[in-house]
Amino acid sequence: MLKKRIIPCLDIQNGRTVKGINFVGIRDAGDPIELAKKYANQGADELVFLDITATIEQRETLIELVERVAQQIDIPFTVGGGISSLKDVRKIIAAGADKVSINSSAVARPELISEIANEFGSQCVVLAIDTKHDEDWMVYVSGGRKSTNLSTVEWAQQGVQLGAGEILLTSMNNDGTKEGFALPIVQNVCDAVNVPVIASGGAGKKSDFHSLFRDTEATAGLAASIFHYNEIPIPELKQYLKTQNIPIR
Amino acid sequence: MIAIIKYNAGNIRSVQNALARLGYSSTITDDPEKIRKADKVIFPGVGEANSAMQYLKEKELDELIRSLTQPVLGICLGLQLMCKFTEEGNTKCLGIFPNQVIRFKGNAIIPHMGWNDFVSNTGVLFNKVDPKSNVYFVHGYFAEPGDYTTAICDYIQPFSAALEKDNFYATQFHPEKSADVGSTILKNFLQL
Repeated sequence: MLKKRIIPCLDIQNGRTVKGINFVGIRDAGDPIELAKKYANQGADELVFLDITATIEQRETLIELVERVAQQIDIPFTVGGGISSLKDVRKIIAAGADKVSINSSAVARPELISEIANEFGSQCVVLAIDTKHDEDWMVYVSGGRKSTNLSTVEWAQQGVQLGAGEILLTSMNNDGTKEGFALPIVQNVCDAVNVPVIASGGAGKKSDFHSLFRDTEATAGLAASIFHYNEIPIPELKQYLKTQNIPIR
Repeated sequence: MIAIIKYNAGNIRSVQNALARLGYSSTITDDPEKIRKADKVIFPGVGEANSAMQYLKEKELDELIRSLTQPVLGICLGLQLMCKFTEEGNTKCLGIFPNQVIRFKGNAIIPHMGWNDFVSNTGVLFNKVDPKSNVYFVHGYFAEPGDYTTAICDYIQPFSAALEKDNFYATQFHPEKSADVGSTILKNFLQL
């Protein structure tokens, strides 16, 4: 049986792991290589790196970091943040990443999704969507700083039609609050697309993952700070989910 | 020396990294001489079947792969290209295995992406590998089970998770991305 995936996410700034609350208020969370190795050894099912710095010099640092992480971990590895061209994707894949995650650049130029899918296959393209609920769940870009007039469900559908192989959905309302995932919008997106959906934002307790996998069709749950600060060790989370009869590796 | 066949498919570095972690050096190459002389050959790949086959033909790697006599391991798209035919782009493939490759059908989530266990596994690649262990898959097409199937996985329907015929071996999953279990499978191949 296909297992539900637990994915730690490392937000990278200037070569360090950082974590903010509601997309602001950044604090340091450690050495990314050490964390990546620790998570792989603990049974994380995949790893996501999101680079939240975007200057040219710092991106070269990111490529080196990706190379070093890829050499050391034996689980799938997604890299995102500031990717805006096929050239960027080629560099990141050549450095050893398995998938890339794109967000603002896909909103700005949706064809980018198709370009990456055509060259590397759909499985390589993760469409990351930051969503916030005002009157409806709308798409935000630029690290959550800019609103758009795109509806989250429609954008997810369009992204999949263009070739996205997976959706990484982050609820800005829930991110950093530790009050649980945004289950209704997660399920709305699952209903609208037939590719895997990774839910992100809001995990604070082990039972939040249980609710996610029980009440929605999300195939993966992603979190950051609860893992970085060891509030919920991955082995403990996975053991708990198994006792709740969730299919887990 | 282990040769990893270089062609227009992604994640080739992942395979080289995995071999390095096991203490094996390898070379990524499309040089027919180097490939022919290698002790082991790995034919990896994720990507689109039709363009990958065209590339192999242009570089005359298709004939070369078929004629190899040392142990060869195809991974993911590598497995599919070693079969007879794939529905992806209606592509005639290498024909090392007689299996047909078809697309998953139905309303389920496609691609089959993530960790899954085996219905059964036999053959030398799975020495010391418990069928209940999980390996990492990511694919929308699969080889139908047949005479050369050594491992079966079930997603929507049973499919070939691994194939074996003479000196040719292939896995639909990614051993290089399958943690300790994947390392054991790679070691089993490398020690042939």
